[in-house]
Amino acid sequence: MARTPLRRRYIAGVASVAAILLLATGCSSSLNTAAPAASGSAAKPCGTVNVAMNDWTGYTADAAVFSYVAEKKLGCTVKQSSINEQVAWQGFANGTVDVIIENWGHDDLAKTYIADQKVAVDAGPTGNVGQIGWYLPPWLAAAHPELLDWNNLNKYASQFATSESGAQGQLLDGDPSFVTNDAALVANLKLNFKVIYSGSETALIQAFRTAEKNKTWLIGYFYEPQWFISEVALKKVKLPAYTAGCDTDAAKVACDYPDYTLNKVMSAKLDKSGSPAAALVKKFNWTNDDQNLVAKYIATDKMSPEAAAQKWVDANATKVDAWLK
Amino acid sequence: MAVTDFRRQFAPRPPRQRSIPRGVYAIAVALLVWFVAWRMFNGVWTLPLQSAEVTPLHLWLNEVNAWVRDNRDSNVLFVLVFDSIRIGVGAVAALFAQLFVQTDVGLQLPEIGWLGVVALVTWVAAAVGNYRVAILTAVGFTAFGVLGVFTEAMWTFALTLTAVLFSVAIGLPLGIWAGVNKRVNGILTPILDFMQTLPSFVYLAPLALLFLIGPASAVIATIIYAVPPIIRLTAHGIRSVPATIAEAADSLGVSKRQRLMTVLLPLARNSMVVGLNQTVMAALAMVTIAALIAGPGLGQLVVQALQSLNVGRAFVAGFAIVVMAIVLDRVTTAASRRAELSARHSTPLRRRRRIIALGAGLLVVAAAVYLSRSVLAAARFPAEAAVGEALGARINDVSAGFQNTFSVFTASLKDGFTIRVINPFQGLLTATPFLVVMLVILVIAVTVGGIRAAVISTICLLLIIAVGLWEDAMITLASTLIATVITMALALAVGVIMGRSDRVDRWLRPGLDAAQTMPAFVYLVPFLGLFGPSRFTAIVAAIIYAAPVAIKIIAEGIAHVSAEAVEAAQSTGASPWQTISKVQIPLAASSITLAANQGLIYVLSMVVVGGLVGGGALGYAVVAGFSQNALFGKGLAAGVAIVLLGIMLDRITQAAVARRRRIVPVTRRVRDVTAPLPVTH
Amino acid sequence: MSATTLTPTASATSDTAVDFAVRNLWKVFGADAQRIASDPSFTGHSAAEILEETGCVTAVRDISFDVAHGEVFVVMGLSGSGKSTLVRCLTRLIEPTSGQVMLEGQDIMKLGAKELREVRRRRVSMVFQHFGLLPFRNVLDNIAFGLEIRGIGTAARYERAREVIDLVGLHGYEERFPDQLSGGMQQRVGLARALASDPDVLLFDEPFSALDPLIRRDMQAEVIRLHRDMGKTMVFITHDLSEALKLGDRILIMRNGELVQIGTGDELVGAPADDYVADFVSDVDRTQVLTLRWVVAPVPEGLPTDGPGLPATTVIVDAIPTVLGSTVPVRVFDGDTLIGVVDRDAILREIMGVKPAAVRHGGASRAGARAGRVG
Repeated sequence: MARTPLRRRYIAGVASVAAILLLATGCSSSLNTAAPAASGSAAKPCGTVNVAMNDWTGYTADAAVFSYVAEKKLGCTVKQSSINEQVAWQGFANGTVDVIIENWGHDDLAKTYIADQKVAVDAGPTGNVGQIGWYLPPWLAAAHPELLDWNNLNKYASQFATSESGAQGQLLDGDPSFVTNDAALVANLKLNFKVIYSGSETALIQAFRTAEKNKTWLIGYFYEPQWFISEVALKKVKLPAYTAGCDTDAAKVACDYPDYTLNKVMSAKLDKSGSPAAALVKKFNWTNDDQNLVAKYIATDKMSPEAAAQKWVDANATKVDAWLK
Repeated sequence: MAVTDFRRQFAPRPPRQRSIPRGVYAIAVALLVWFVAWRMFNGVWTLPLQSAEVTPLHLWLNEVNAWVRDNRDSNVLFVLVFDSIRIGVGAVAALFAQLFVQTDVGLQLPEIGWLGVVALVTWVAAAVGNYRVAILTAVGFTAFGVLGVFTEAMWTFALTLTAVLFSVAIGLPLGIWAGVNKRVNGILTPILDFMQTLPSFVYLAPLALLFLIGPASAVIATIIYAVPPIIRLTAHGIRSVPATIAEAADSLGVSKRQRLMTVLLPLARNSMVVGLNQTVMAALAMVTIAALIAGPGLGQLVVQALQSLNVGRAFVAGFAIVVMAIVLDRVTTAASRRAELSARHSTPLRRRRRIIALGAGLLVVAAAVYLSRSVLAAARFPAEAAVGEALGARINDVSAGFQNTFSVFTASLKDGFTIRVINPFQGLLTATPFLVVMLVILVIAVTVGGIRAAVISTICLLLIIAVGLWEDAMITLASTLIATVITMALALAVGVIMGRSDRVDRWLRPGLDAAQTMPAFVYLVPFLGLFGPSRFTAIVAAIIYAAPVAIKIIAEGIAHVSAEAVEAAQSTGASPWQTISKVQIPLAASSITLAANQGLIYVLSMVVVGGLVGGGALGYAVVAGFSQNALFGKGLAAGVAIVLLGIMLDRITQAAVARRRRIVPVTRRVRDVTAPLPVTH
Repeated sequence: MSATTLTPTASATSDTAVDFAVRNLWKVFGADAQRIASDPSFTGHSAAEILEETGCVTAVRDISFDVAHGEVFVVMGLSGSGKSTLVRCLTRLIEPTSGQVMLEGQDIMKLGAKELREVRRRRVSMVFQHFGLLPFRNVLDNIAFGLEIRGIGTAARYERAREVIDLVGLHGYEERFPDQLSGGMQQRVGLARALASDPDVLLFDEPFSALDPLIRRDMQAEVIRLHRDMGKTMVFITHDLSEALKLGDRILIMRNGELVQIGTGDELVGAPADDYVADFVSDVDRTQVLTLRWVVAPVPEGLPTDGPGLPATTVIVDAIPTVLGSTVPVRVFDGDTLIGVVDRDAILREIMGVKPAAVRHGGASRAGARAGRVG
């Protein structure tokens, strides 16, 4: 058969590649094994910590600082994996995630994984307070301070109109990961507005940035801590005050969003391991301004998360030392 | 099939061609009824559903999801099946990762260092392809280092390789089976359609649930998306083996096995290699998207850069993806050509020379690997040589300047277009009673595609109503159709020029390739700056993604209009414009219809991306379902609705393509099945 | 030209070995195929009527014939007449709807898949109009293909392939690929491939219709030579009457799936079964085809018995010198029996193409043709 030599040649080729690779990799010792395991010293064994990386920059800031401290001060090996919140919680159950360093509420997930399955534990607040609400670009808040009260929104509804909202004012909602009652809120407060879904945080931020730069009218759903606040200081609009239970029936909501005490969640496995990383997770605590600053380093100054973390840690030695005690 | 073909050949043809086809009247009447109904019943019977609202079906899907989540780790079957798949796939991925990306120990360098990697892939490119693609490969892989994304690029490469390996292992046998067995083919085709059109956002989260986050589930998600092309094209290749050759083999008394091994497979090989090429490209696209479930690699860089609106960094990563796509495409294409030619032109002398050259190359690879394991600069790409950061910063400046200059002009463009075109058309679709809209769509389906297409359309529309997303589906349909019309206008203009001039073709093609392979996320930020979050932005993104395919198909159609027909026109003194409009475009009609078909499908595959930039409707529902537990069911339903819209539009236009082909005899088969496939986001 | 002596009857004589015996063969395409083939009520309907009534296409319709051992049997008809389907039914490349096909006494219809393959591998080979060569194999490997699938070792099959290559004049082309060869050369490869397995019967499906006229003539001569040298039974499909007359010992004419007439070339020309056949053969140079049998006149009174004589099987054109050179009518013998005379006028009439009406619609010949449809 004419093709036999061809086939034989393939086999020979594959075999020789394999042989050479084996030879090259087997006979020379790799730099990997020659090099010391990790720089920095570790008194206590730390091991590997899997940190879920949720996709907003504030989270990145928290995780970068936590990872930096864990690696440099405790000698841990930190593995970061980018996933969305729901998926991250699933990770507690199967051991692929050890730490969620900033958690916004998620009572349903907490119930499943902390209360029912008992694979995760609440590791206490991060010190950040999450505020969800309606925000204006600073120029608009300065030019029309009355807009900071929701009662005056209807008067200016037409100013907020866009091609997407038609005759009504546009209320720009954003990140689909955030629960929003805005449609109900608009209806129940009898506002002449229409909720438009920008679809992503990126789109939302870009919209606010453009509005501030071009001095155009915009009102939208936003939240802090968020790095963008440190670039453009958005102003929150006052909605009817939140009272406990006023948001129980989503369809009848007519009040502001509650403040979220952001907390950390870690796997029960890590909690029980006695690793110094577990202690660090529990003690990690800082302010909204701290987070916004690191997030700004990353987002606006385009620093790498590691560099941003290092810069902040170097400047805030006392805070960091407190975490390590 | 031989039977029906035979019959058709003998069946008398009904006379066609009247001065004005009846269909035109039918459509005109339907459109009139539509318009009147819109005016009269504005807003009645429109089946609306608010963004945060869900139907019982959606809630039931949520419960299914929750049940799976709760039982994932306790149900023996789940654990057995999913874990063994995950471990198997994960092991292969880990092997490649260790070789190309990083080991778990020490400095976490790849086993064979960056120099070893470059040397090895270059050698492989030379061995399977030729020296030209080998040089391209060396330059491309070195470029990853220069761009400062070597590790990420190698993750992408390793995962793509793993996914392709499994796709081939699964796809080849299935494709062969579908090729020799009509019934299997009939069953597989709709399943493959579904796998390719279902937005990946819909199944990424459930996949992560079943297979855990990380490389393994990224690879599994990728396989789902990448396996259809190789199945389709293997089956297609086997089915298109000339009957005369197969019959001649039969007359010699081949057994079924011999027939497959000695006749069908060798003759189907070209088509199979095209399938492999498309599988590789699809895998690359999907590995990028799998960043959303912690698939490591370039996709992660893009996604992270977007969080901070860092266009430059996203662009650098996106550019690396384009480079990898081009390298993989050219190498697989060269490999297929080589396989074809080598049997022909190889003489013992040439063969020996080649073996010696490759053997020498292998020694160089070994030396590079050895070097990589002993010198740090050869193991880890030296950071000083990387220009990615600087390049990113420059691009950020350019992007910002661009936005500053044009945003005022673009805002008014967006407003004008939205108010004059999008809003009225969307109103027509959403504010008319749904029965009227259905009726109009059916009339169009019957006229353009025939009864079969109409029946399928009806089923699709009824299912869309059943999943509770009629209004959203109509909004999406409106944007899709508008984007397709613009895409086609653009494709006609550019495609005709490209088809008529080789030089223009050569200049434009790399740009088109790049537009097709660059992840859409990368250019969304500048667009958001220019147009804000809006349906218009979503439409523009879809056009950018869909136009290259349509342009390529039309250019090919125009280029392959028989030279004789063009000469005949010129000999009668036709002007260039007359030649184009009266000869080339009519003769390329089936290509143009095919381009419309592909354009539609590609536009539709961008619906989810559109949802990320203000497109709303189905795209937003899918994105929200990916992010919020409570909306999971609705997201899944929206994904299915996108598939249904896709099937409906595809079947109508496919039927139109088939009809066109019967009217205008094309001398050359248009590459219907071999046309590149869309990337669903 | 022919290896056997032929009788002017439709079926092969009983004393000659029969290679193919086909009885009542039907091939109907479509859902109702079986019903149409078995239901006698359709027998009277034309193919067009059946298509109209049932949507089924009748490609082969109640056809019976025998092919004698060593015979060149030609099936002729226009395109769409079902002749290609018919030849494929012989080895069940197309499965017949009903009827019987016997190969050397063995019922082909009853064979299992494996036995059928054996028949195709060893006993019956086919040559195709479009060659059916494997484009990725060179000439040698294409020719050896049939042997390869029989499991014959490399050396043995190459040896055999080289023998056949010499036989068909492909020497020096062994390493070429099909697309590097002209159509004629490709068909030589197809022919060599069929010969390589040394089959008893060769089937040809319009093998030369895709070739240039000159090459076609060469190839026809090649087939004639091979037949003379090897004496293989051949079933030859063609739409070309001159090719049929040139090659065929006997010719079967088909129209719309039906058998119209079976006979030797001179029977078709001398006694066409109907207007269709008559029209078909009208352009034929009768002197080249007809034998003296067809032009004999009754023996006149007082014909001298010492004049020249010729056998009845002499073709007219060969008789011309004798007849013109004789002053008296030439006596014509069938064996030893005197059956009549041929004179100059008769010869001239044939040269000028003047055909007596009685001959054209010869009732007796027609009955003979019908008799060919062995019941």
